[in-house]
Amino acid sequence: MMAQTQIQTEPTPVLEVRGLTQRFGGLTALKDFNVTLMPGELCGLIGPNGAGKTTVFNLVSGFYQPTEGQILVDGNPTAELRPHKVTALGVARTFQNIRLWNDMTVLDNIRVAQHNQLGYGFFHAIARSKRYQAREEQITKEAEELLDVFDLKRYAEELPKNLPYGTQRKLEIARALSSHPKLLLLDEPAAGLNSADAKDLIRLIRWIHDTFDVTIWMIEHHMDVMMELATQIKVIDFGETITDGNPEQIRNHPAVITAYLGDDNI
Amino acid sequence: MKKYSLNILLVVFAIGLLFAAHFRIIDGYIQIVVMTIGINIMMSTSLNLVNGNMGEFTCGHAAFMCIGAYISSVLSVLCFGTKFGDPLLPAASVLFVFPIILLIGGAVAAVSSLLISVPSFKTRDDYLAIISIAVNYMIISAIENMDFVGGSRGFQGMKGTVWAMVDIFDGPWMLFWVINFTVFSVWVIRRFISSTYGKGVNAICQDEVAAEIMSVNTNKIKIINFMLAAGLAGCAGGLYAHIIGYVNPQSFNILKSTEALVMVYLGGMGSLSGAVISAIIFTGLLEVLRSQAIVDGLLSPITFMFPDWEPSAGVIKWVMIPLLLIIVMQFRSEGIMGNRELGDVFPKLKKFYRFK
Repeated sequence: MMAQTQIQTEPTPVLEVRGLTQRFGGLTALKDFNVTLMPGELCGLIGPNGAGKTTVFNLVSGFYQPTEGQILVDGNPTAELRPHKVTALGVARTFQNIRLWNDMTVLDNIRVAQHNQLGYGFFHAIARSKRYQAREEQITKEAEELLDVFDLKRYAEELPKNLPYGTQRKLEIARALSSHPKLLLLDEPAAGLNSADAKDLIRLIRWIHDTFDVTIWMIEHHMDVMMELATQIKVIDFGETITDGNPEQIRNHPAVITAYLGDDNI
Repeated sequence: MKKYSLNILLVVFAIGLLFAAHFRIIDGYIQIVVMTIGINIMMSTSLNLVNGNMGEFTCGHAAFMCIGAYISSVLSVLCFGTKFGDPLLPAASVLFVFPIILLIGGAVAAVSSLLISVPSFKTRDDYLAIISIAVNYMIISAIENMDFVGGSRGFQGMKGTVWAMVDIFDGPWMLFWVINFTVFSVWVIRRFISSTYGKGVNAICQDEVAAEIMSVNTNKIKIINFMLAAGLAGCAGGLYAHIIGYVNPQSFNILKSTEALVMVYLGGMGSLSGAVISAIIFTGLLEVLRSQAIVDGLLSPITFMFPDWEPSAGVIKWVMIPLLLIIVMQFRSEGIMGNRELGDVFPKLKKFYRFK
């Protein structure tokens, strides 16, 4: 009875990172990084260029194997897992420079991103079995619904490379959501957007956070986007965590100002 | 009915071809050309899976053809020939066993493709091309040094299987099998590549990092894709061996791989219909340029200027075909079809066929 109450009061964190360190040869890109994200949070990660922000995302999404430390996604350790397995645990991400499959239609982009929950294999595909047809129908239906809620349905048969930049960003987020993630990592979603587009993006991310049952963690250089959205922000520089706190605390923290603007005793 | 008209047309054409061959309306030469076209279609469509759809660059596709050819030849001699002792199977079973023999040859070739697909986890592009050439040489050399299959002298005796089929019914059996296997391979590839599962292959081609992170098991898809390509090439090899009745390791050397490459790049990378069309054009061209009269005619302006020069068709052929490739790459580098299918180029055609 006691244990049960404890589980109810303390849900498993969506992401728990303990003592994460990544070295590339002699370079320590990330040192002793810790973070805990609870379900439903919308958090931020900032830092100057080269601080190691994208490295954190690459580690969490399984693209790199950490030199030291532990990553738990929804309580499951991701050590030694290949990226598609980590995705299966419920992590999805977007990229700093948009990485869509440009010669596949928008609809196919969404469909292929559900590869780990296809539920059929090579021989089902060749035989066009019952299971294949049922699954394929469902995947297409889900993809169309997703495009519909993202207001992208009219582009379904277009190639992503022919879409405007802002729409490509949106599509990339939609593609990430198509795998039903628990944790969505957004790597500079506002990069290259003008201020009007950035405002749309703020609305979009807030709407995603409210509509889909997903925890969002984002890297962003546009401080207005970050201040507007994130409840908790972590600041790193040269791979080391400087501070974390709510936007107001971060805005006035001397170490953050130093990291971004340099200090005055030169 | 209308939407199947092209399919019906193809079936009628195939049956017509078989009847024409059976009643000796078309002679053996035309039959051989048609069978070569079929084998080349299998080779180019299967290589297109790797070089076109997956965007890798392998140039050792003939190695898998070689494995398929040898495995199915040895099996067919074991089962129906007398070279290795008494035949294992009664001659009457040949009609059922022959396609199985071809498929076993394909399966062994598919397994051997691991030699390329496992390195492809870590390597790409030029480096993988080097690996594939190495695999091609390795397999040829290995067979050249196997004395029980004749080594570099080659291997024969498969015709016995074909005669066994002719004994049951006197018809153009090899043409029949080639048509069936060609349709089978195009059909399998089409189904694979148009499923969401197979579209993972295109995702790897277009952005491997995104594919890996967006839930595509890239290593598995690579293995499956290579296996399918190699397996179909193996079946093509088995057919080739039984048509010629003789195999030699050197007929599957780098030149044969290059032929397959030329067909893929001529047709357009990633286009299944392009691969089929270019296989037909390429084989036709090879046959046309075999004729000394045509070569003499084509080169008459040059021989007029240099009367001492007597071009021989066998040599000129290998000048013309690379030249064709240069011209295609220069003026239409995406190949005949680009990465589109026939139905994309002529949307009206889509009403007339269902090929799924």
